Amino acid sequence: MSHLRRPAPKELQPTSFAFTPENLERANKIIAKYPEGRQQSAVMPLLDLAQRQTEGNWVPTIAMDYIADMLEMPAIRVYEVATFYTMYNLAPVGKNFIQVCTTTPCWLRGSADVVDTCKKELGIGIGDTTEDGQFTLIEVECLGACVNAPMMQINDDYYEDLTAESTKAILDALKKGEKPKAGPQIGRKGCEPLGGPKVLKAFCGCGAAPQDADASEGDA
Amino acid sequence: MPKLTVDGIEVEVEAGATVLQACEEAGKEIPRFCYHERLSIAGNCRMCLVEMERAPKPVASCAMPAADGMVIKTDSDLVKKARNGVMEFLLINHPLDCPICDQGGECDLQDQAMAYGFDSSRYAEKKRAVKDKELGPIVKTIMTRCIHCTRCVRFSEEVAGVGTMGAVYRGEDTEVGPYIEASINSELSGNLIDLCPVGALTSKPYAFTARPWELKKTDSIDVMDAVGSNIRIDARTAEVLRVLPRTNEDINEEWISDKTRYAIDGLKRQRLDRPYVRVNGKLAPASWDEAFAAIKAKVSGLDGKKIAALAGDTVDCEAMTALKDLMGKLGSPNLDCRQDGSKIGGPRGSYIFNSTIAGIDEADACLIVGANIRAEAPIINSRLRKRWRSTAGDFKVGIIGEKWDPTYKNDYLGAGPDTLSEILEGKNDFAKVLEAAEKPMIIVGMGALNREDGDAVLAATRAIAEKFGMLSGEWNGFNVLHTAASRVGGLDLGFVPGEGGLATNDILDAAAKGDVEVVYLLGADEVDMSKLEKAFVIYQGAMGDAGAQAADIILPGAAYTEKNGTYVNTEGRAQQGWRAIFPVGDAREDWAIVRALSGALDQTLPYNNIDAVRARMVEISPTFASLNVPSKAEWTDFGKAGEMKSEGFVSPVRNFYMTDPISRASVTMAKCTEAFVKDAAAEKVA
Repeated sequence: MSHLRRPAPKELQPTSFAFTPENLERANKIIAKYPEGRQQSAVMPLLDLAQRQTEGNWVPTIAMDYIADMLEMPAIRVYEVATFYTMYNLAPVGKNFIQVCTTTPCWLRGSADVVDTCKKELGIGIGDTTEDGQFTLIEVECLGACVNAPMMQINDDYYEDLTAESTKAILDALKKGEKPKAGPQIGRKGCEPLGGPKVLKAFCGCGAAPQDADASEGDA
Repeated sequence: MPKLTVDGIEVEVEAGATVLQACEEAGKEIPRFCYHERLSIAGNCRMCLVEMERAPKPVASCAMPAADGMVIKTDSDLVKKARNGVMEFLLINHPLDCPICDQGGECDLQDQAMAYGFDSSRYAEKKRAVKDKELGPIVKTIMTRCIHCTRCVRFSEEVAGVGTMGAVYRGEDTEVGPYIEASINSELSGNLIDLCPVGALTSKPYAFTARPWELKKTDSIDVMDAVGSNIRIDARTAEVLRVLPRTNEDINEEWISDKTRYAIDGLKRQRLDRPYVRVNGKLAPASWDEAFAAIKAKVSGLDGKKIAALAGDTVDCEAMTALKDLMGKLGSPNLDCRQDGSKIGGPRGSYIFNSTIAGIDEADACLIVGANIRAEAPIINSRLRKRWRSTAGDFKVGIIGEKWDPTYKNDYLGAGPDTLSEILEGKNDFAKVLEAAEKPMIIVGMGALNREDGDAVLAATRAIAEKFGMLSGEWNGFNVLHTAASRVGGLDLGFVPGEGGLATNDILDAAAKGDVEVVYLLGADEVDMSKLEKAFVIYQGAMGDAGAQAADIILPGAAYTEKNGTYVNTEGRAQQGWRAIFPVGDAREDWAIVRALSGALDQTLPYNNIDAVRARMVEISPTFASLNVPSKAEWTDFGKAGEMKSEGFVSPVRNFYMTDPISRASVTMAKCTEAFVKDAAAEKVA
């Protein structure tokens, strides 16, 4: 189990937490979505909000206490939620939080190469953070993008159809402070078939109708 | 009411019952770990699987509502195989350390593995290990043994009302406990030990002490507060090793407070095990005859008015009866069982918990006056919390007195009598709540009645009870909450000043002046001993506390675990406890000491055995004629309307863990005080 799934040591835990005015407004909007007496249901979006607000992209214990107070629930109930869902980080992570999927479909399509490239390029192991605090690398289970396997998630973006080369290119760009284009890295759109649409071309406007033999093929 | 068939037996159960309950109704035993009658249903251990006709797979009977026409099988091959499998999964990560586990011999997992498990393990992989949690001085944890039934989580959330325990992390990494290190700050935490079906939560003070089959089990009654919790005392040879709850739906259900459970180690320290006589200012060991002779030398010829007796908080009714009769023979009207000088003792309805504890389950509003119930009677507080939960928060509670955390929603109304007057005059919002309620109740604590103006406060609370319909038909919502186990019994026996007699504070003042020359303290340690310096003090009791220090004669009595005794709880329910072990050293049962002394003083009391004493008790008060039932009291006039002072009510219990000589001598209670009572240090100074 990764150290990100255990509370950060005391030295790293901030001593205070409060939502910024903008986030507080957002939080109130979220809470208002739930019927009277069911405000506790807002615990998950609020934890996410807290994680996004916190430097290091994590949820400090004090933020959980803050949310517990806000929703009038025992703190332990918030702890239970935050420790159950792996998308809440319980300890700080790097600016670029890399989650490489290594579940079977991705693995069959070469996720081991992606992991190796990350390790080599960043000089860190699984679960580690680079010394400059720019990258944290972890392995995760299926992120639901098997069509575009192998893939990795960096912060909120999916990078799909990876190879060792494209992985390196993404990491290089991130190191330079650029934001590489998210999505499939081999030019296909979303999770369309490789080589472009194969069926129903007449209806989607992305390729020639079958009877129009003269029309050019849609771009890949 | 659904009718269903369990193993061919047709049973009818109440609507809302579960299949598990239906199976029990049919006399079938269903194994379980997570299910508990008094907690919410979790359905996560899967041990209670049964076969249900037309269901594609076995169902968890604890979480399946019983419905009409269900056909359940509890002993089919499928059920057997399913339980076998569940048990095998449970044992995958459970260590095989029964020989060093304190739960051994009373372990649900052990028993059920015998009944439903395989004889050997097919699991050769590594077992997981979990870090132990530090939960304070009472609960010891070995979390590797935990099977995640979450009973402790549900208990602390639902019954105790402290959200400390949780199930954190997930899957194989799941751990039960607090996320951040935290003790369970509840007066009921010891019950977690009983609830835990395995050896994950065990008793810290009792660790590695005994096996259950070595213990002699004796039914008794707790004296640490006035609730009268039913307990079982487990002893080995001459030592009480632990106290466990006995189920009594009307009183403590199946919980007991931590003080009830753990103060018993105080009985091994500071015991009075032989008589003492003060010679030249120093207490010297003496024989019974010498002690009696010294008393005789002082008492004979003395005017009865110069003799006084005070009964303590944990004294049994037999002893009080004997002492009351002896004082009568000596011609003394000066006796009192109210060490705190509280203004109670009128008609019976004015000093008991009329609605009964079980009556709380019917109440729909409650006004608490001058009582920190969580510290004074945690069991009653948990009952109030239960009521609050069962009404989904509709049970309105108002508190007058000090601010304290009752673990349920409440309106804090004010600090003292002024707020009482406001409610009476209808100026307070809570008056509307009481008016709207069908079965409102008031709980008046000793903090409201042990004051100079106690009579006036009593009259005011009585007026509130009458004005807001707390007395309608069968319902009597006027409740007095006592803090002393002996108090109601003492009042029922008339252990109060006779005609022209002095009450506690007057006795003390008279003794300081020299008007009262002999003071007989029957287990009374909570009075101002400095006022007794001039008097000749006879202390009879089990513990070497304040009373023994001030005494000129010490007569060693038996502790509550060492005698057959009758106690009347705050509801006015007389209950009897049995002797678990013999008294230490030369100590004797208290009524027998008084009886022997009466002989030495040539005032022989007319009873030679406990049955005769009990017959005498029935003669004095009908309370003692019917045991284990609260006798209803008539509503008559009491209290004296008058000026009430404006200062706030102060609960007499400052530290829940130390309220009497036994708990003050207890190491475990001292540790709890250190861990949980924040102002304990300040208390020591004061």
